[in-house]
Amino acid sequence: TLTSRLSKCHKHHTLQIELSLFILSSGGAELLFDGVKKHHVTLPSQSEPWDVKQLLVWIQRNLLKERPELFVQGDTVRPGILVLINDADWELMGELDYRLQDQDNVVFISTLHGG
Amino acid sequence: MCQVDEDYHDQFEHADPPSVSKKCVKCKEATAAVVIRARDVYCRGCFKEYFIHKFRAMLGKNRIIFPGEKVLLAVSGGPSSCSMLSQVQEGLSQNAHKKLRFLPGIIYIDEGGAVGQSVKDRLRMVAELQAVFKATGFPFHIVPLEQVLDLPSSVVMKAPSPSEQPASAYKAAVDNFIQNDSSSCLTPQEQEETSLPDVQESHTQLLQQLIGSAKTLTAKEDLLNTLRQHLLVHTARTEGYSKLMLGDNCTRVAVKLLTSISLGRGAQLAQDTGFSDFRYDDVIFVRPMRDYSAKEIAYYNHMFKVPSVFIPNLDTKKTDKASIQHLTETFVTKLQTDFPSTVSTIYRTSEKLQTACKSSSTADHSDRCLLCMCALDTAVEDASAFKATLISEQLSGATTTEIPRQNPTPVNTESTAPTGQCCSSETGEDCGRAASGGGSCSSAKAPETTDLKSLLCYSCQLTIKDMSSVDQLPQYILSEAHRRLMRSQMREVISGFLLDDGDEAD
Repeated sequence: TLTSRLSKCHKHHTLQIELSLFILSSGGAELLFDGVKKHHVTLPSQSEPWDVKQLLVWIQRNLLKERPELFVQGDTVRPGILVLINDADWELMGELDYRLQDQDNVVFISTLHGG
Repeated sequence: MCQVDEDYHDQFEHADPPSVSKKCVKCKEATAAVVIRARDVYCRGCFKEYFIHKFRAMLGKNRIIFPGEKVLLAVSGGPSSCSMLSQVQEGLSQNAHKKLRFLPGIIYIDEGGAVGQSVKDRLRMVAELQAVFKATGFPFHIVPLEQVLDLPSSVVMKAPSPSEQPASAYKAAVDNFIQNDSSSCLTPQEQEETSLPDVQESHTQLLQQLIGSAKTLTAKEDLLNTLRQHLLVHTARTEGYSKLMLGDNCTRVAVKLLTSISLGRGAQLAQDTGFSDFRYDDVIFVRPMRDYSAKEIAYYNHMFKVPSVFIPNLDTKKTDKASIQHLTETFVTKLQTDFPSTVSTIYRTSEKLQTACKSSSTADHSDRCLLCMCALDTAVEDASAFKATLISEQLSGATTTEIPRQNPTPVNTESTAPTGQCCSSETGEDCGRAASGGGSCSSAKAPETTDLKSLLCYSCQLTIKDMSSVDQLPQYILSEAHRRLMRSQMREVISGFLLDDGDEAD
């Protein structure tokens, strides 16, 4: 069983290459990204698979230009900001636990008055 | 390597996909894409159908927009109003029996001056919106908010209300319309080339001073809201529109409801949030988007590429507690994420509200609030919450804040600029007054805050109280205030000779 576990683990590792994502922000959320709506980002490879929760942390560190509290609160997005993954409601995809795949499309839309 | 167990655990969990392949509740075939309510998941196709149907159903149920009527769509560039625009377009392109039968026009009010945008940014946004409007083929009006400074006082006077139409009128009108179905009448009018009206820099400055004279963001937003409404009504009147469609969505209505209560507008709730709002008599406000949540609209716009233009407003990039309006929105959206029925619960409440009709036929315009045009809520008996608030304010103000409030020129650095401003425009004010019929009163000063208060509802009084001076208010408001004050003074003088109002009404 140990060998099978190891092989699984090994398989896992080889799967984790860099992830290429399209990130779109609109409805005023783009203001926090210097007014840029479309981002094509590459996430570095890491031992564990990337999920949305980690993506948010990454965005906060690398993409957000100002006022992070207007985008992320706690470990999730600020209430009023909607998330779509590959054009579907993230609630259907497992929200923060969704495992990101290469070429995924992540959209953040602010529904708040004034963005 | 020591993570083996964890990884294994994760993989095990992943083997049971959460709900990725959930099916649409309606067609039960396609994969769901949108979660509308807790268990209602729709696929793209069904969501579109549901969304389009809802708009027509809303208008059909309320029977307030008559066939062939001119309807002005107030589009701010935001997702809700742009979605409303696209729904109207959709409705006009439907086949015969589903087709919407009114004549739409678009109005956009450029508030960049009040929010402090640069001229360049304003032009860019207007150009973007103009492209959107042109694509619809509807006539459109792009109006800078600065024009509010030149409004006539007729905006805040009671307009002759159109004769009451019985409930059966709608059906008759529809039948009539179908009979002489003149397709010519239905084609949207020729789109007139509207060049962007030039905005004088001095006007922008005046507007900024006006907004700046409100000391709190809450008052600023409330004031801006009032001015915008006046300009919308004025444009609708001059362009011959009898209905005005606003893009307030369900989430917005819920926020507005709680905001209105917090601002002391309890008496005006029904008008502020209801489907239709009759406060301007001849121009009726309609809110056809109030059945859609902000989420539905955002998803629809994203999925079906409805263009919208993001335009920053006073709330943009503000902290949660910057204003009552903003705080309420944060409160509602936060609650909504944990309790998904929050918005709909508040919304259902707003649906049940009705305005207490205080015999509108006998109502003179002087018992409407000068700013929001709602029936005054200040004429109440002594044992009321309103009077209690006043007394408590008097008592607590007597010791501490009495002195600055009595004195209209506080030791505020701001006060120097406004006074200078007032002097320079003195002659203009007098002219305005003379023209409005008060010839004998050219020597009268602009109404003081205390005088003005008697013409306002409780909530507007609070807004005015937050302003450093009322001199900054646009001329049309001041001259109407003056007219009403003169009228009530005259009424007092001759009151001995007047028949009692009560007798008259009977």
